[in-house]
Amino acid sequence: MIGKYGLRFVSLGYLAVLLVAPVSYVFWKTFEHGFGPAWDAVTTPNAVHALKVTLILTAVAVPANTIFGILCALAIVRHRFPGAGIVNAVVDLPLALSPVVVGLALLLLYGREGWLGGHGVVFALPGMVLATIFVSLPFVVREVVPVLREIGTEQEQAAATLGASALQTFRRVTWPAIRWAVAYGVVLTTARALGEFGAVSVVSGRLAGETESLTLHVQDRYQSFDEVGAYAAAVVLALIAVATLILMTRLKPKEETQ
Amino acid sequence: MAAKAAALPSPKARRSLAPGLAIGISTLYLSVIVLLPLAALAWRAHGWDAITSEQAVSSLKLTVIASAIVALVNALAGTAIAWTLVRDRFLGQGVVNAIVDMPFALPTIVAGLTLLALYGPRSPVDVNVAFTRWAILLALLFVTLPFVVRTVQPVLLELDREMEDAAASLGANRLATFRRIVLPNILPAILSGVALAFARAVGEFGAVVLISGNLPFKTEVASVYVFGRIESGDPGGAAAASVVILAITFGVLLGIGGVRRWATRHDR
Repeated sequence: MIGKYGLRFVSLGYLAVLLVAPVSYVFWKTFEHGFGPAWDAVTTPNAVHALKVTLILTAVAVPANTIFGILCALAIVRHRFPGAGIVNAVVDLPLALSPVVVGLALLLLYGREGWLGGHGVVFALPGMVLATIFVSLPFVVREVVPVLREIGTEQEQAAATLGASALQTFRRVTWPAIRWAVAYGVVLTTARALGEFGAVSVVSGRLAGETESLTLHVQDRYQSFDEVGAYAAAVVLALIAVATLILMTRLKPKEETQ
Repeated sequence: MAAKAAALPSPKARRSLAPGLAIGISTLYLSVIVLLPLAALAWRAHGWDAITSEQAVSSLKLTVIASAIVALVNALAGTAIAWTLVRDRFLGQGVVNAIVDMPFALPTIVAGLTLLALYGPRSPVDVNVAFTRWAILLALLFVTLPFVVRTVQPVLLELDREMEDAAASLGANRLATFRRIVLPNILPAILSGVALAFARAVGEFGAVVLISGNLPFKTEVASVYVFGRIESGDPGGAAAASVVILAITFGVLLGIGGVRRWATRHDR
């Protein structure tokens, strides 16, 4: 019995010290002197602009990666084609590759001396969009692939035999089966896109009020010794993270019961 | 409905078009977004002096050692947390289960900032690890926490408890039951979680950059070293070190594929 409670104590203690305490402390510090200073800090023109930039990056990256994710999952699972293994491995790469390396790669491709240089991609919004798309690319694919494997092709073949077109088969048979997996993938993609820091940091040029996303704004405020500004912006991002967590827990059981 | 169907091209013709489209679009998208930039990176990587410079070697060594320690701690802590979530029953378990995913949802720069606030120079609990190697371990442990938990948890859920009951009835104590029955079943999951955590730790930047202080030869990890090279106008050197990071990441990912194949073979 001691072992059981001991293990519970160790597990929960580890989570408390590593995750819960630091995040709660920053929440507390932000609102230490009331709601006013925090609100003022996140409504400065630079903070509002940074939030806008972050929302633009997410609004482009998420739909692009969702459409790609569904197509790529279909290509990997449903069709045998040369190079499928390589596609599979490359899709996983952004999950673990250092975001600074991603940013540098974009810088070298689109920068002044790059193969595709001189089109205003780097140190501007297009470069930041490309960086965000890169790092948030795998999530929809990774969620949809196992579900497609599991449902098999029998129903799709039946629909095709009954004269349904490829599009009809997708809409009536495949989509209802994968939609929760897609939704879960979209939530993960959104969280990653909103929170991207390293890759965007390299390609943005970090001009406050111009090419600064909300994560870059957090760092900028902290390094300018504006603690309240940094904490308040961090809390905005953390609140979005909490909303994401709630969505994740809501969607997960549905995905698993399929 | 029938008239509409007749107006469409024959199902066969449309079906043969669809797979080509899916494969074509995904391959093109992957090439433009991922492969082309990485090709530019490899092309521009020059100066092996840059990789063998003392500062580069020191940062790469620190990164690999710290990531290995973090992966090991995750093997233990992640398995313990997964066990607590699956086999234990207590009030608020659902909330704890959701909290485990927090590092996936929280931006890394925010993670670093919160750790710095509580365990930094102005710590309210008098623990200051800022600008030390402990800070790097702490930051990496934060961002890699969910990996082992989330790979071990489903396997533990599926595990047939009759085997453990049988072992217990044959006189095995709890430790022996765990070591001989449970561990062999969850080991592939632990290994693949540990490898993911290791790969993630090797590339981590946002969580580390504020709290580690980035002191060359002491607390400068590989990603921060690359960032520094870019800032000081040495993209060639940055690219050279990046290729090393890329190789480690890709190698670990291939290894995970290997572990998964090994696991499914042992399943049958």
